[in-house]
Parts: sequence; C-alpha cells; structure tokens
Amino acid sequence: MQRRNFIKVATLTVAMAAAGLTSLSALAADTIKVGILHSLSGTMAISETALKETALMTIAEINKSGGVMGKQLEPVVVDPASNWPLFAEKARQLLSKDKVAVTFGCWTSVSRKSVLPVYKELNGLLFYPVQYEGEELEKNVFYTGAAPNQQAIPAVEYLMSKDGGSAKRFVLLGTDYVYPRTTNKILRAFLKSKGVADADIMEEYTPFGHSDYQTIIAKIKKFSAEGKKTAVVSTINGDSNVPFYKELGNAGLKATDVPVVAFSVGEEELRGVDTKPLVGHLAAWNYFESIKNPDNTKFIAMYKDWAKKQNLPKADSVVTNDPMEATYVGIHMWKQAVEKAKSTDVDKVIAAMGGQTFKAPSGFTVKMDEKNHHLHKPVFIGEVKADGQFNVVWKTKGPVRAQPWSPYIPGNDKKKDVPDSM
Amino acid sequence: MKSILFSLLLWFCALPAMAALDPAVVKQLAADESDDKIAAIQQLAASADKDAARVLKALSEDALFVSGDTVYLLDGEKPVDAASGALIQPAPESYDAITINNRIRSELSNAIAALRLFNPDRAVRLAAARELQSNAGIELVPVLARALAKEGDPEIKALLKLAHAQSSLGSPDAGLRLTAVEALADSASANAKNLLLPLLDATNEPDERVRKAAKTSLKAIESSLALGETVGQIFSGLSLGSILLLAALGLAITYGVMGVINMAHGELLMVGAYATYFTQGIFRTYFPAYLDWYVVAAVPAAFLAAALVGMALERTVIRKLYGRPLETLLATWGLSLILIQAARVLFGAQNVELANPSWMSGGVEVLAGMVLPWNRIVIIGFTLFVLALVWVLMNRTRLGMFVRAVTQNRPMAGCVGVPTGRIDTLAFGLGAGIAGLGGVALSQIANVGPDMGQGYIVDSFMVVVLGGVGQLAGAVWAALGLGIVTKFLEGWAGAVIAKIAVLVFIIIFIQKRPQGLFALKGRFVES
Repeated sequence: MQRRNFIKVATLTVAMAAAGLTSLSALAADTIKVGILHSLSGTMAISETALKETALMTIAEINKSGGVMGKQLEPVVVDPASNWPLFAEKARQLLSKDKVAVTFGCWTSVSRKSVLPVYKELNGLLFYPVQYEGEELEKNVFYTGAAPNQQAIPAVEYLMSKDGGSAKRFVLLGTDYVYPRTTNKILRAFLKSKGVADADIMEEYTPFGHSDYQTIIAKIKKFSAEGKKTAVVSTINGDSNVPFYKELGNAGLKATDVPVVAFSVGEEELRGVDTKPLVGHLAAWNYFESIKNPDNTKFIAMYKDWAKKQNLPKADSVVTNDPMEATYVGIHMWKQAVEKAKSTDVDKVIAAMGGQTFKAPSGFTVKMDEKNHHLHKPVFIGEVKADGQFNVVWKTKGPVRAQPWSPYIPGNDKKKDVPDSM
Repeated sequence: MKSILFSLLLWFCALPAMAALDPAVVKQLAADESDDKIAAIQQLAASADKDAARVLKALSEDALFVSGDTVYLLDGEKPVDAASGALIQPAPESYDAITINNRIRSELSNAIAALRLFNPDRAVRLAAARELQSNAGIELVPVLARALAKEGDPEIKALLKLAHAQSSLGSPDAGLRLTAVEALADSASANAKNLLLPLLDATNEPDERVRKAAKTSLKAIESSLALGETVGQIFSGLSLGSILLLAALGLAITYGVMGVINMAHGELLMVGAYATYFTQGIFRTYFPAYLDWYVVAAVPAAFLAAALVGMALERTVIRKLYGRPLETLLATWGLSLILIQAARVLFGAQNVELANPSWMSGGVEVLAGMVLPWNRIVIIGFTLFVLALVWVLMNRTRLGMFVRAVTQNRPMAGCVGVPTGRIDTLAFGLGAGIAGLGGVALSQIANVGPDMGQGYIVDSFMVVVLGGVGQLAGAVWAALGLGIVTKFLEGWAGAVIAKIAVLVFIIIFIQKRPQGLFALKGRFVES
C-alpha cells in the first residue's frame, strides 16, 4: 500500500514538474492538440518513422519560441501500423476523441484515400507531406508534397534529354496500389504525347513488402536489349526498395547502362543499403539534403541535434529528406495560417492558408497556392553518390505551380482547380 | 559534334605525351556544360598521361574540387593543383566538388579504362577491357587499336576485339563496319544487340553487305542471350526454392514429422534473423576486423537462439496440447503475436539493417550479361549443407532414431525405454533451430523486422502440405518445384498473378491428391 502511494505521489510530482516546465499556467485547455498519423511499424515504417520525428521536432521548436497564439502545441502520436483500414480508425480517434486541431500524416496514397471520408465527415484538417499521383483536391486536405507535374513529368523529361541519356524505352515499375498505377497512367499518356510507342513501355507491379526482385531485374535486362536506350521509372514504396536496390547492385545493372529514377526513394530509404554499386541512379524530389543554403544547414543541424537528444537508433547517421522537409514546411505554414485567422477553427484556417509563404530548406520561398491547396515547389533531380547522398544534376529555375489534375488524363480539362465544397 | 571531337582527338594523339597537363583543359573539367566537360575528358584520355589518369579518377570519385580558377585534388590531406601537381598553399577556404552526371560518368569510365589498357598488371588490363564492353564510342578506336596491337594475353585480346568492333561500328568506312559487325557475332552482350539492331534499317546503314552481316550476327547473339535467360530463370527458381526449403524444413520436422501445427514457425525464423543482427552488432563493437565473417558466427548463434525459444515454447505450451490440433493452432498463433511484440519492444518496430559481407556482395558473370549474385549462390550452398545436416541427424544418429521411433509408435517406444517427453522437446528444438538457420539466410536477402515471419508462414505450410506430411524428401521437391514454377510464372505474368496462380494450383492439387506429392505407405498411414 505504501509503495502504491509513493508511486502516486511521484507521478503527481513529475506531472506537475512537467506542467511547470512548459508554462506556469498550463492547464489542459491552454494547449492546442496536434495529431501525428504515421506508420511506426510494418512495411511503411522505414519511410514514415522519420516524419513522426520531424513533426515532433518542429512542434518542439514552435513551442520553444512561444507556441501558437501563446498556446503550447501538444502532439498526439498514433501508430496505424501500415494497415490502411487502421488509418481511418486512428484518424477518427484523433478527430473525435482527442479533438486535434490539425493532423499531419499519411505517406501512401492508399492510406490518404482511407482517411479522406473521415476528415470530410468530421470536417478535420489534414496536411499530407508526400509526393502523390494528383487526381484529388479536397477542401480538408493541404498537399505539401509534389503533384505529378512537380516530380514525375520533369523526371521523365530529364531522362529523355541528352544529359539524362536520351532514353527511348521505359520500364514503369511500381508497388501495386493507387499511386503507382495512376502515376504510370499519366506517364504513359505523357510518353505517348512525346511519340513513344506502346511497345516501348513496360509496366510491372509487385505486392507491398515484395522482396524477391530477381525476375524483374532479369526482365529489365531483357527489355533494355531491344535496340534503344532504356530507363526505369520506379514507384516502389516502402521496405521493398532495400531488396530491389540490393539486387540491382548485385546483378551489375549500372546507371550508365539502365538508369533507374525513383519517386519514393530518398536519403532515408537508402540508409540501409550499400550505395556504391548504385552510384548514378536517380531520384526526383523537391528537396535534397545535399542542397547548400543557410536554411537547409539550420534544418539539418536541428534534426541531427533532435536525433541525438531523443536517442534515435543510429542517431549519428540520421539524414533529412523531401517528405521531412514538406512536413516541416507544412507545420510552419499551418502555424502562420492559425495566427492570421486568430483561431484554430478548421474553416477559418483553410481560408487563411491560401497565399501563405515560407522560406523552405530547399532554398526557395515556397507558397501555398491561393486556390488549389498545393504548394508551389522547385523540382530537383539528383544522382545517388557513393555516400548515400544525392548530387543535384538538374533543377527548375524557381517554384512550379502544381497541377493536381494532370492534363495527360482525359477529361481533366473540365475539372475545377478549386476544391468542390468551397 | 562527334566528328569535331574525333578530329580533335586525332590531333591530340599525334602530339607527343605532355609533361604536365594543359591547365586550360583541366579547367574545362569544371565547365557548366556537359559537352565541354566531355570534350576535356576525351582530350585528357587521349594524352595517355599518368597524371591524367589521376585527375580523371578523382573526378569519377567526386574528389576533384574547384576553387575560383584553380582545379585541385587531394593528395592525402593536402590540396594539389590538378594540372601542375604543385602544392596549393594556403588551402582554399570555399570550394565546390565538380559534379558529374551519368552521361559524363560513362565517358569517364571509358576514358579511365582506356588509360588502364596499357597498365603492366594483367588484372588491371582485364578489368579495363571488361569495362569497355559497354558504350565504347568511336573516339576510342585509335586507343583500342593500339592496345590490341600490344596485347599478348588471349582473354584480354578477345575482349579488346569486341570493344574495338563496337567502337568502329560508327566508322565511315563500310569495310571496317563489316568486319566489326562480323566480329560482334561472338559477343553475347545485350549491348552489342542494341548496337546492331539499328543497322538492320537501310536509313541507318547504307551498305547492304553490312546489313546482311548484322542480321547473321544478331541471330548468334540472340541465341546466346536466350540461353543466358533460361539459365537465369532456372537459377532464380533454384534460389527461391532453396529459400522456401530453408523456411519450411524446420516446419517439415515439427509439423510434418511430429504433427504440431505451429503457427509461430515464422517467428522462429525471425528469432534466427535477429540473432544474426545481434551477432553483427557484437562483431561491429568487438571484432571490427572480422566483420566480414559475422554471418558464419551467426549460424550456430541463430540455431541455438531459435532452438532455445522453440524448446521453451514446447515445454510451456505445446506439450500440454498434443493431440488437440485446433487448440495448438490457436495457442501457437497467440505465441507468434507475443514473439512479434517482444521483438518490437526489444529491437524497435523498424526494420534493422544487416550488411551483406563483402564476399556475399556482387556477383559472378557466368555467361556474358548473365550475373549470378553471390548472396544467392551462398544461400543455395547453405541450404544443401543444412539439408545434409538434417538428413544425417535424422537417419544416422541415436536422437534421429528416437525421434522416428516416437513419431511412429509412441507407446512402444516408451516401453523400450525411450524418454518420449524429452525426445519431443529435443525434436521440436531441432525443428525450431533449423528455422533459425533459415532466418540467417533470409537476413541476407530480405528485410529483417518484427513481422518478417508472417510472410513466410503461408509459404512454409504450402511447401510441407504439397510435399506430403510425414517425411522430408517431399519438402525438398515441393520447395524446388514451387520455386521454379513461381519464377517462370513471374517472368510470364508478373509477381501478383504468379502468387495467385500458385495458390490456385496448390488448392486444386490438394483436392485431387490430399496426401501430397509423396505419401507414406504402410501401417503408419492408417494410425
């Protein structure tokens, strides 16, 4: 009995001390709850865990500088475990039980599609930080990752250019779900408009978590031996990328022969891979850790410091990547919008978001479009270096406006560039 | 553009080798335009200078820097002017590494390889000649011709001939092109095929004799490529089969021989894989010099770890449920969840990183363009080793005899003094330990995470059921058969369809032949 009492007292003391640390008058009502909805286990954990850390770091940074409208942010972290229906369940929990003002989360499009009905029904607010296939414009979502014209199309244009190797044949390789399928549909239409015949395009899909890429690599080798320069466009997601790149290296398929450009592989995914055989393979993003500018130096230093303080696994070798930057930018823009609206009310914040700008670690001032809920972002194409970083070999002159409705999908010309319910 | 480069190159070839490098050319390496960089690289390559090789090598390794007007590289720690070789003092404060892209990288590797063709070391020359098998352009014709004339080694000479043929395909002289096309018939590389295919078209190749020769050569190349492809498919089938077998062999003992439906079998694989990870950690901290051999040390470690976990499960839970398959199924499924959660708590929910040791990275080229990865070859060998081990244990040892006796007739075995309870534990531990060995192999090719075992449990049961419950030979044939069939289906219909097709096939097969591929005959079947 005594021991139980002691524990109670100790807990109370710790709780009070913690409250006292954050703010003297910290009562529950004086914080703003912020939901973080990223898979911390399962096949997507390789990519999404770092986003959770980035969100927590950014929240801590904002809290340290006085919070939002004088209130501290209180993160609520849930783990949907790479399980798509569970995403919807956890989203509902965040909105109706925890009553979060905003959620930062999701990586795969299938998870975003799964939570969408929940955010629409309960009028929540979701910031989605990853490049995706477009074909969506929802009032309740802000997209801080790239639309196809900010990543996929420029990447393929680069492969077709002289410096990219003047590719004439394309392998479209992806994980079997909505993002790769839609992106490849757009790319196929784009390639056709550039005069690439159907026979020169090969599409291949693998299930989530697939780990045996022998056959696919053999197929790529065969496909590339048909008289024209071949390039691979990879939309493989999650931990399948590790066996894919390992096999690619072991099979001796070099970037100078058949370059692979990936849309979901960044510094973080390559951490577990020996990148020496992969030098020269490409990735297209709106940010790379290797970009040199003061904002990025600050961002990288802040994350490294955070990793050390939080004792993350392998804290000395943590890296930053594009979706992490998009998360960071998204949280800051939400803060600015809340301060402009002087309220965390979802509708007011949505109205205040349009036109927000932020000096991003990518080195450009990115802007939230007034109408279409997407960021104006610069596009970079990088080649893998032996140390797992990327070497920027091509970039746009400035930020590009997003086209969520790709002009390469028939019927999209009639779609409006604003969310329906506005 | 090409012809200008070509003439430039010829002009440079005519000059005697320079003592130091031309600073203007070196400076041009830092140009903005790729075309300028490539021109500079080709000039440096043609100079056949030792310093040129050093500069180009530095460029290919991202170790060539530019600061203002000087291009320099690092000699140890000290910055050295790339053109003159003079020490730069003080060291430049702001600098940029000269970046290269794939197009430049490809030119660069050709240039470096071309410079190495004159190296006195045979191995270096061989590697250089191999390097030149892809993308050797017209600018390399004079260098290759010189190297070919000097080369004495037959293996290198054959490679050089092919490279020379490839590079002279673009020659304006039809006779040269004809010899080149004919020589390429011996090449079995996809690259040569790519070069020859456009020559079939009259718009690309005006000379009819060359077109005809290209057709003949293409046929020869295609047949050797087709052979390589079949060999590759069979190999990947064998590789998948060996992995399936390693995953299922332990289950063939626990389920096949003992009759325990062990849903936690996948988690025993996971225990083996984590034991490998743990061994790697120990080697990293205490024996970094022998890090390459951690996999070998992990074999007994994983066996012991998985066997101990298996025996503990048997003693505490499964023992109480013999003869009650449904309860065993549910209980072991619960155990699997506990094991997964335990791994999450101990090692974190994220996948852990296991590095392939250097002797398991890369591959061996058996046919031209046909690379067999070392890690898969090693795993096939390891499977054979485990198989032999199990066979000896079951058929040549006292323990194996007891196990067989207990599973065939428990009361009689007990009567003649076999400690049946202890044998059950040991047999289950053996099955679990072998699953642990499977985990070591899996850790080298697949991701290691808490729920990795879930992906293998269905496959393992498929192998054991298809092979026929009750003995091990069936599992071997079933695993190899499934592996090869899956790989051929994948090549033909894609990974998703192949998975479905294999499942449908097994369902139909089991309907027609419930006893599996190999059925036990005799009294044991009736009991």
